[in-house]
Amino acid sequence: METDLRALYRLMLRSRRFEEAVTQLWEAGKISGEMHLGVGEEAVVAGVAAHLRDGDSMALDHRGTPPLVMRGVNLALLLKEFLGRADGLCKGMGGHMHLFSAEHLAASSGIVGSSGPLAAGFALAAQYLHPGNVSVAFFGDGASNQGMLLESFNLASAWQLPVIFVCKDNAWAITTQSPKVTGGSIADRARAFGLNADEADGSDVEAVYTAAGGMIERARDGDGPSFLLACCPRLEGHFLGDPLRRANMLELAGPLMAAFVAQPGASVAERSYSLGTLLSLVGRTAVEKNWKRHDPLVKARRKLQSQNIDLDALETEVAAEIRLALEAALKEI
Amino acid sequence: MAEAKKMRTMSFTGAIEDALGQAMAADNRIVIFGEDVHGLRMNLYVRFGERRVRPAPISESAFLGAAVGAAMAGLRPVVEIMLVDFLGVAMDALLNEAAKLEAFSGGKWQAPMVVRATCGGGYGDGGQHEQSLWGWLAHIPGLAVVVPSTPADAGALMLTALQHDGPVVYLEHKLLSGYWLELLGSGGRTTVSYDVPADGADGPVPDTWEALPLGKAITRREGSDITMVSVAVGVHRCIEAASALEKESISAGVIDLRSIAPLDRNTICEAVSKTGRLLIVDEDYRDFGLSGEVAAILLEAGLTFKYGRVCTEGTIPYSRNLEDAALPNTGRIIAAARRLL
Repeated sequence: METDLRALYRLMLRSRRFEEAVTQLWEAGKISGEMHLGVGEEAVVAGVAAHLRDGDSMALDHRGTPPLVMRGVNLALLLKEFLGRADGLCKGMGGHMHLFSAEHLAASSGIVGSSGPLAAGFALAAQYLHPGNVSVAFFGDGASNQGMLLESFNLASAWQLPVIFVCKDNAWAITTQSPKVTGGSIADRARAFGLNADEADGSDVEAVYTAAGGMIERARDGDGPSFLLACCPRLEGHFLGDPLRRANMLELAGPLMAAFVAQPGASVAERSYSLGTLLSLVGRTAVEKNWKRHDPLVKARRKLQSQNIDLDALETEVAAEIRLALEAALKEI
Repeated sequence: MAEAKKMRTMSFTGAIEDALGQAMAADNRIVIFGEDVHGLRMNLYVRFGERRVRPAPISESAFLGAAVGAAMAGLRPVVEIMLVDFLGVAMDALLNEAAKLEAFSGGKWQAPMVVRATCGGGYGDGGQHEQSLWGWLAHIPGLAVVVPSTPADAGALMLTALQHDGPVVYLEHKLLSGYWLELLGSGGRTTVSYDVPADGADGPVPDTWEALPLGKAITRREGSDITMVSVAVGVHRCIEAASALEKESISAGVIDLRSIAPLDRNTICEAVSKTGRLLIVDEDYRDFGLSGEVAAILLEAGLTFKYGRVCTEGTIPYSRNLEDAALPNTGRIIAAARRLL
């Protein structure tokens, strides 16, 4: 399958620049509550979403912004939603975790794992009403321990639904490192349910595009569901203001040392293990912030530059598009 | 009960942790598990180690169900569900397992467990992360549901929950729980602010924690014209409204239920029998919930009274403006109180 890296880069860049604008609004206090970005997982989303067409559906998790941006949801409407405005995508009722676009058959939820059953349902409707259309579920490795997601693997397999389950594996479940709380391999689980399962480098958009292409074609042809595991970096923590990212060890040192010596309690060895675990988590998030070598945009851009493809016009155009959307969103009614 | 000696001042979150620390030191059957507990309960994680403070996968139905089994077999688990909204994923463990055990076993077997979760809104996270749901939970026979409104009650009710021989849902409101508000609301920003009840977020606590009796309300303010009944943040909103009404020469009393199940019928009945007016302020949903239940028990007691309620009526909006209007705010409480006079 021929890939157009420039087009894929454009999809990713629009999402990244858009979420950078969202970050500024959030930091300025114009967006309330939590803010989970899809920064770092753009290659996984772009590599899949680039295959979708009208009539295909998407079930999204708490990082629903990139898929909606890439599927062409109006950027100003999205921003207005995040700003809680009555003229936002969902009239200010949903916010970034609860985004819905009936026009794009795209729905998100803040409940981890819920995209699996929803996508299975979308796929059932497609199988029944519009054969050839497919459904995609996006979720993370953390969600792969959620019963309802695993049940939906089985359902999709048993009913041979045209659904592609896409696991954006960033190795984190909020502030817990996934391998610590995950038995076996996630891809093996999918295979065990009879899904057509494969893995792709989630920081390489062409690799994802190629792997997802086969799966989507298969689903369109009525040959059943697939599972794609794509490892990707988590560049912005679990959400903006991630406590691990902000942890002030000087402030924490007092209470932690008091806890370390408080009696009664666990053995010194157990306490040391706990303390070491906390320090390593804080250290790891600090390192990942600067994981440029895994940044899917940096990787794609380097490759395009090595092919002497001029990106100036593209990057200027995307920056202008985001600026216009911001202006439109911030303009008072 | 004698008034406990109150020396220290603590945050709401700090009080719960302090009480938990005291209880865990005294009883090694108490274990904590849930998502991210190593980070959420950092100090307890270091003090008691991972055997007793155990991070869990995002598998609520498995670890809440496991808590029931662990409780039946001798442990006293404190299970953290982060946000009460997430209980939806794992309801079987509470609804059909924990809540039924004592009845099904003819009273011969119990599951002493505490399900700890945050609840409530007011910081713009939307209707899937800001529900209260205490009425929904209290509807189920076999579950106790406690909802503290001050640091002193937060610590004491944690002990109450730990000492109870059946399942207790312990809810902490995010506007009172500074840790959670910082985590989910401000995220380190100084550009956002919330209407946090100061007396609920920080306050005096006893030197040593003692359990409160389960199902005992407290009168936060005496009043002869109207009785306001509420829990959690609503209590503080009622006190604020009562102060405003006082300027209009309206005397409003405020009862803090502290426990939804069991419900302290006597305290409510006694107060309303004197004032003849009841205003219930419930951040949980209006229909088929606590506000209707309180009216029902007063009617069953044969009282005649004027009745009003200020509740959350629909899905909580994400937009801060819409959200503030949807939640029981002081303005709505004052207006509703005036209508009863």
